[in-house]
Amino acid sequence: MDETRTRRKFLLQGVGGISAAWTATHWPAAVAAALHARGAMQSSSPTAFEFFTTEMAAEIEAAAARIVPTNDTPGAREAGVVCFIDRALMTFTKNDQELYHEGLKQLQARTRELYPTIPKFSSATPEQQDEILRSLDTGATQSDRPFRPGPEGQGFFETLRQHTILGFLIDPDADRRGNKDGVGWRVIGREREHMFRPPYGHYDAGYRGWEQTQTEPENK
Amino acid sequence: MMPNSVQYKTIDEVDFVVVGSGAAGGVIAKELSTNGFRVVVLEQGPRLTESDFVHDEIKVFKENLLTNHPELQPNTFRRTANEKAKLQRAIAYGRCVGGSSIHFTANYWRFHEVDFREHSRFGPIAGTGIADWPISYAELEPYYGKVESEVGVSGAAGASPFDPPRSKAYPMPPLPVKSSGVIFERAGRKLGWHPFPTPMAILSQPRAGRGACVGCGFCWGYACEVGAKSSTLASVIPMAERTGRCEIRPNSYVCRLELNEGGRVSGVVYFDEKKNIRKQRAKAVVVSANGAETPRLLLNSANKQFPDGLANSSGLVGKYLMFNSNARSVALFEHPLNDYKGYADSRAIHDFYELDPEKVGFYGGGALDARFDFTPYFFAVGGLPPETPRWGAAFKGALSHNYVRTMEIHSSGTSLPLETNNFSLDPDVKDAWGLPALRMTYKDHADDLKLITWLNDRALELLDAAGAQKKWTLPIAEQQFSVQLLGTCRMGNDPKSSVINTDHRTHDVKNLFLCDGSSLVTSGRGQPTMTIQALAYRAADRMTALAKRGELGA
Repeated sequence: MDETRTRRKFLLQGVGGISAAWTATHWPAAVAAALHARGAMQSSSPTAFEFFTTEMAAEIEAAAARIVPTNDTPGAREAGVVCFIDRALMTFTKNDQELYHEGLKQLQARTRELYPTIPKFSSATPEQQDEILRSLDTGATQSDRPFRPGPEGQGFFETLRQHTILGFLIDPDADRRGNKDGVGWRVIGREREHMFRPPYGHYDAGYRGWEQTQTEPENK
Repeated sequence: MMPNSVQYKTIDEVDFVVVGSGAAGGVIAKELSTNGFRVVVLEQGPRLTESDFVHDEIKVFKENLLTNHPELQPNTFRRTANEKAKLQRAIAYGRCVGGSSIHFTANYWRFHEVDFREHSRFGPIAGTGIADWPISYAELEPYYGKVESEVGVSGAAGASPFDPPRSKAYPMPPLPVKSSGVIFERAGRKLGWHPFPTPMAILSQPRAGRGACVGCGFCWGYACEVGAKSSTLASVIPMAERTGRCEIRPNSYVCRLELNEGGRVSGVVYFDEKKNIRKQRAKAVVVSANGAETPRLLLNSANKQFPDGLANSSGLVGKYLMFNSNARSVALFEHPLNDYKGYADSRAIHDFYELDPEKVGFYGGGALDARFDFTPYFFAVGGLPPETPRWGAAFKGALSHNYVRTMEIHSSGTSLPLETNNFSLDPDVKDAWGLPALRMTYKDHADDLKLITWLNDRALELLDAAGAQKKWTLPIAEQQFSVQLLGTCRMGNDPKSSVINTDHRTHDVKNLFLCDGSSLVTSGRGQPTMTIQALAYRAADRMTALAKRGELGA
């Protein structure tokens, strides 16, 4: 099912399924949220790489598919992560172009080193690919946190790992070619909506409302 | 620019120029223009609108849609004056109309009485600049009420037994509780503590032409696309513009304040969007550029009369930099919380606001709150238990199981004012406009680290009481980065030991006022924006009185 269209329709058709009273209270906000969804209309163009050659893209896609593999649920491949990274390297992370060029060479060299009969990374079995990637994984010295400076001299594998996860989980309505059809959000259990009403989860479902604590505080 | 709003010429001598349109600048512009003054607000960033406010993690965090850009505005960092400072992003602040009130979490408790009387209550503390404020909670109380009603705060009056006295109730009930809040409330009560609905600067009901929160969950770091979060852009700036006397001028990067021969500020020099130099003339100037940019502007405005920086006869401009100590513990629960829905935090605890140093062995106090402020990508790289594989099937399995079952407890507390923690001008690095960049020198006081570790232990205790399946703490270390930039032009009665007086007027320059995080004398216990806005309402009252007495004319 085309979730993008569904969501847009949902928003533009006057918040179907939500009570009239709620709509009346929140209407200006709901309209704004509908406008917010318009980014969705501009996304999903056919695959045409801007940075990678087809061969490079195949290697990156194979590596990304080991970082977020496809099993009983979709993975990096289905989320179009390679398209996301291709665009990323032409937009917000241009500085990493050289790192990818070098990294792809490194990937190829390591494949031949560990498995001399295998011509390229993407031809190896998943187990062999994991072995190759493990040998390139130097570990993250710190996690990526909002606004915080990243670790200096971060290598190819860690960069690819972060880009793969970002491409898997980015807002599918952002014009980034990642998280295609919102599959990444489906995998983690995030609804592809931007308006939510309580109850939100298991623990607040039976909440009876705020009640004042009766006890007096002690002096700490 | 709003349709029909006024536009002034730079040669017009307006009554006030306000530098910065954030939490403080927005409020001051609204108050002054409402009181009949002609006001120009110079904002370095663009004027964005709701259609720009997307949920794109890249645009917001990597491209700095809403914030200062570390490449255009680099800063350097060092821990002590003995070190050579290196390029390293140490601050993030809002750089658009609305400033940091655009992307804040909106946690809006009032400071308590003790926050204004730290020295009397705990001081002196050797080697620190701990001091009482020259104003009290009681003096600020009516202005807190004004923030709650005009800017828009949702909360439950009297819900925390530790709350300071208030003269009126919140204008709106609290936002709906989240699963994290219910878990926190039940476990907190079990331990004999007093959880309460966190007051939030987010509308729980439609108000003043603005819609209520729709629960999208993208609060911290993001702008609200429906105007329910009470940024100054959503709340007071439209009121200022409706007076017909206030012009908000975006893309105006202020570089210098100029003095006339009488030692008064005659105008504000800035780069316009095309990097042309302009000078807006004014009878008086208010700098609300934040705790980093306000001292930087004064230091960059050094002249013959003030060789060490404008209004810096005390030598304290940029000194006593405080953040707020903080820690985060993360926990996993059996059932889905879906805490990504809603907003950031719904319950807080103030039982540890005022700890007895005799009992705990250190100075300080703070708060805990229940929240979830990871957006999907940052959750995947920072929200899983530390032993989780970083990629592959096991990583994906943990990610897909945990995302909806995770919550955090955020601890925030005091930071001691130290003269050695400060902003100065970097001798080598310049920004994209050729101005000397900020150099931060900062090292946490040992008590700040002891306090935050102690508070975090309470968070872990609560998570145990709540039956968390798993819990862990993000590394607690000396801070080298902050979004809360406080104390760098402190308020006081003595011109030797402070930069501004109780009117927010600089001791040295009679028509120059400073009001933002830099005005704070001590740090409070986290969430300072509410207090910065109360100060701004009060400061505008003081400026109005002085102007009406004719004290500000050149």
